[in-house]
Amino acid sequence: MALGPYATFIVTSYALVAAVVLILIVWIAIDYRRQKAQLRELEASGVTRRSGRNATDIR
Amino acid sequence: MIALAALIRRDIRIALRVGGGALIGVLFFLTVTVLMPFAIGPDLALLTRLGPAILWLGALLASLLTLDRLFTSDHDDGSLDLIVMGRTPLELACAAKALAHWLAAGLPLVIATPVLGLLLNLDAAATAAVALTLLVGTPALTFTGMIGAALAVTLHRGGLLLAVLVLPLSIPVLIFGVAASQAAISGPLSFGTPFSILCALSLVSFVIGPFAAAASLRHGLD
Amino acid sequence: MTLLDLANPTKFLSLTARVLPWLAGATAILLLIGLYQSAMAPDDYQQRATVKIMFIHVPNAWLSMFVWGVMSLSALGTLVWRHPLADVAAKAAAPIGAAFTFLALVTGSLWGKPMWGTYWEWDARLTSVLILFLMYLGLIALWRAVDDPSRAARAAAILTLVGAINLPIIKFSVDWWNTLHQPASVMRMGGPSLDKAFLIPLLVMALGFSLLFVTLHLAAMRNEILRRRVRALQMMQASQQAA
Repeated sequence: MALGPYATFIVTSYALVAAVVLILIVWIAIDYRRQKAQLRELEASGVTRRSGRNATDIR
Repeated sequence: MIALAALIRRDIRIALRVGGGALIGVLFFLTVTVLMPFAIGPDLALLTRLGPAILWLGALLASLLTLDRLFTSDHDDGSLDLIVMGRTPLELACAAKALAHWLAAGLPLVIATPVLGLLLNLDAAATAAVALTLLVGTPALTFTGMIGAALAVTLHRGGLLLAVLVLPLSIPVLIFGVAASQAAISGPLSFGTPFSILCALSLVSFVIGPFAAAASLRHGLD
Repeated sequence: MTLLDLANPTKFLSLTARVLPWLAGATAILLLIGLYQSAMAPDDYQQRATVKIMFIHVPNAWLSMFVWGVMSLSALGTLVWRHPLADVAAKAAAPIGAAFTFLALVTGSLWGKPMWGTYWEWDARLTSVLILFLMYLGLIALWRAVDDPSRAARAAAILTLVGAINLPIIKFSVDWWNTLHQPASVMRMGGPSLDKAFLIPLLVMALGFSLLFVTLHLAAMRNEILRRRVRALQMMQASQQAA
């Protein structure tokens, strides 16, 4: 695939989009794990939800 | 009606008091306008070309500085709660406060413009054009700024957030204000087009500002 | 399942858990197809290969406005109908929308340098999108400045609705002003003016990015609901310890 004289611009654009999308995915995944860990900690220390259900249960 | 007039008179009187902050805005306007030639250099021709932009930027920043006081002083001594709970519609009360704020803080900026125009080597026609656009544009700055002031009133370190929220909304006013001034001074464009849009922006802000500010105060103060 | 059922956070979480893997898979497939089609697309007569930047620039630009629209609907949900998940939706969408706006600006800038000879130009379209980006950042700052989530939600909702005025300005800026940015070639009266060889990859990429937004948004909403659970439990713990 010949990208012509402006190949750097094209490649940089696609690379930046890929990088930002990856950062978004990773950030959301890490945040999810952090929240789950905090909920597990709180459950372990004896605090319970009003409904009595497990806090980490998402079903 | 009487309540609104009383509110306006009260606000103006407070603003013009020693610690009230109305004339601090003019002082800041003067300071910024004096700083610019130091940064740009004494090239008079360049200053003349940049004059309207410098004056508009100074007025924008000065009005941003004084917006903080619009609601916070009332919030601190409890009178904001009284205003929110009063019988006058909150939208009208916000509009009245904004009008008072403009009379006390915005109008002095317009009056100071001819003096500052001299510092920037602007001739009489140019200064008159800038002053006219400021006269029409500073109400827009006050009324849209009121939205940010209402959103930030309950925050302790709200001042900087207020600026961040208000500036994107003020950019169109700045653009058309400078465009109208430039058109009157030099440009091939007619003065009327950007000036009418500037007037339109002000008129729209007279409606949206009080409604958004009233909604913010109602939702934020509980 | 009506909107009212989705108002229950637990039901929403269980729905999300089931749907998210499928959404992620569909997103990946669509984006891969779109990337392949973009690679295979012919060169433009004038722009040659740099037209390929259009396939990532335009979807991000559309999404930057679309996400503000989603936040505006959520804002109405918070202020008017008081839908419980409306503010969760609004808060979760803001950083994602900001990212898309940033990408639109950056890819546009990298496209502008070979096309127009400059990385930036203060014309109406670019300026209004830059203002949109600043408003996204201001909105995120407002969310973080207020501690109480429901009060933050109402303040953010008002700011979102005020900022929605910018959307029609962005859309029509290229029609109202003589701008460097080209006028609309897809969403216009009389249908798209793009050739099919460019239109198809563009639409596939747009659909792929839209699904990407939905996937990321639902995942972020799930995180926000869990975050509120953490906050509620922490407050309960604090009151138990104080008692």
